[in-house]
Amino acid sequence: MMVFLWYQELLIEMNHKNLNSLTLVQALKALADKQISLDEIYESVNSAIKESQKLNIYLTLNPQARVQAKKAYQAHLPLAGLPIAVKDNYCTKNLKTTAASLVLDNFIPQFDATVIYRLKKAGGVVLGKTNMDAWAHGSSTETSDWGPTLNPRNPKYLPGGSSGGTTAAVAANTCIAGLGTETAGSIRQPSAWCGVVGLKPTYGRVSRSGIVAMASSTDSPGPITKTVEDAALMLQQMAGHDEADSTTNPQAVPNFGQDLKKGVKGLKIGLLYSDVPELKKVMSLIEPELKTFERLGAHLEPAQALDPHYAIGVYTIVQRAEVSSNLARYTGIRYGQDRSHLGDEARRRIMLGTFTLSKGYADRYYTTAQKVRSLYRRDFAKLFSKYDLLISLSNPGFAKKVGATKGEAMFGELEDMLLEPSSIVGLPGINVPCYRDDKTNLYLGLNIMAPMWREDLILRSGWAFEQATDWNQWAKAK
Amino acid sequence: MATLADIPLRPQEEERLAKEFADTLAVIDNLRQLDVSQIEPTHQVTGLENVTREDVVNKARMFTQEEALANARQTHDGFFVVPRIIDRDES
Repeated sequence: MMVFLWYQELLIEMNHKNLNSLTLVQALKALADKQISLDEIYESVNSAIKESQKLNIYLTLNPQARVQAKKAYQAHLPLAGLPIAVKDNYCTKNLKTTAASLVLDNFIPQFDATVIYRLKKAGGVVLGKTNMDAWAHGSSTETSDWGPTLNPRNPKYLPGGSSGGTTAAVAANTCIAGLGTETAGSIRQPSAWCGVVGLKPTYGRVSRSGIVAMASSTDSPGPITKTVEDAALMLQQMAGHDEADSTTNPQAVPNFGQDLKKGVKGLKIGLLYSDVPELKKVMSLIEPELKTFERLGAHLEPAQALDPHYAIGVYTIVQRAEVSSNLARYTGIRYGQDRSHLGDEARRRIMLGTFTLSKGYADRYYTTAQKVRSLYRRDFAKLFSKYDLLISLSNPGFAKKVGATKGEAMFGELEDMLLEPSSIVGLPGINVPCYRDDKTNLYLGLNIMAPMWREDLILRSGWAFEQATDWNQWAKAK
Repeated sequence: MATLADIPLRPQEEERLAKEFADTLAVIDNLRQLDVSQIEPTHQVTGLENVTREDVVNKARMFTQEEALANARQTHDGFFVVPRIIDRDES
């Protein structure tokens, strides 16, 4: 209780000099209007970082941030030098990148990931590197070799993961916007638990080059922000073809801001997983919120989808198999420490992946999983022939308490069950806050999904929901 | 599996990890309830095929020798020093 009170006081105090709580859009406008200076924003963000140190959000801070910011601002670049929190699995030139694993505790990349390169070119500044589940293996941030991050909404609870450091950074207003990565839930689940916006783009929309690889056939870097409009702005700077990632889409990137405020009138929306028995209680909490879409002129009805429980098996098998291959490179020869520094979760995943790919078992596990993946593809194709959008809860419930993952080898998979079906088939999705519990101050999130390459649709409907409800603390702040 | 994947294990960890391994297998075995005998596997979702690029060097993405070796534990005359893997005593 003590810790909780301490943080509530901090939030109130911060509101008096709250430049750190500006959204990206607000900060850009205030800078353009010369109402505030970039220095004032950095002062405010830096003191928020200092005051929230107990939350263990940042693993490394960029000592050059303010110098780089000044340059970007003077060059009149679109992101104007604003501070961005970056998950510690993005390679950042001359800035330590550990993926929260002891294996990389001394790794200083000699290059920027493509997304970081693009962000810097647009005038974004890497403020610091945020905590995460080691190697992004998890949904709690508790498997980090540097200890868990605590949830800024209530520090007795976990922030979720694996991008829990960035979602906490955004929730605690210790940055203006942030970057995460998702393989199956790692952006949307911690965004739901921390009450922020998290966008998982279509697989292939954003380059994976220079990001510590987890499962190459589903890894999707994406923005974690205070509002939906901020997410659109960030995605615009991150997205696009990259010759260094052959899975990126060669087509031109659309303007995500163009139809953002067009509303959802006339859209057909299917509600998924409302009949999953474990969800009954939380569904009853958000049902009134879902009526928002009908009020806004959309047509909403429950839709029948393939049971998400099977996606746990598909994702677990495919992801472990790809992990066992991707983590084979960590030998301690060219960089990093040797394999004795791998943590429990990584070792479990590498061994299981090695097993499901091995002779005699590959058919039973790996190939079967890829076939069930096809069943999900068909199922979504069928659903999208009937609906423009699909929505579901982002995860089965509120944030869990610190320590909840102990001895739970499948914690993340069960937690991410509702996001895994759409992730294994590459669909884009966004988490928007849709409920807050008064007692615990913890949030639930709504997951909005669209067909491949239709981020415009999820941004549009996310924006409409955010504007029509009171759950996003930043959406209506002036 | 640990040997195949080159994962050093301490004896006291083996039993615990083996149990967790079995727990996970029990969860993923539910896939066997589905009939997929007539289904083709999905290995990727982009629909892209045979993605190639011109065979030209992109100097912007090149490392200098110094940069390439910057994080290596041990180097010798501009090379990585690696453990011996042939003629090694495997006992």
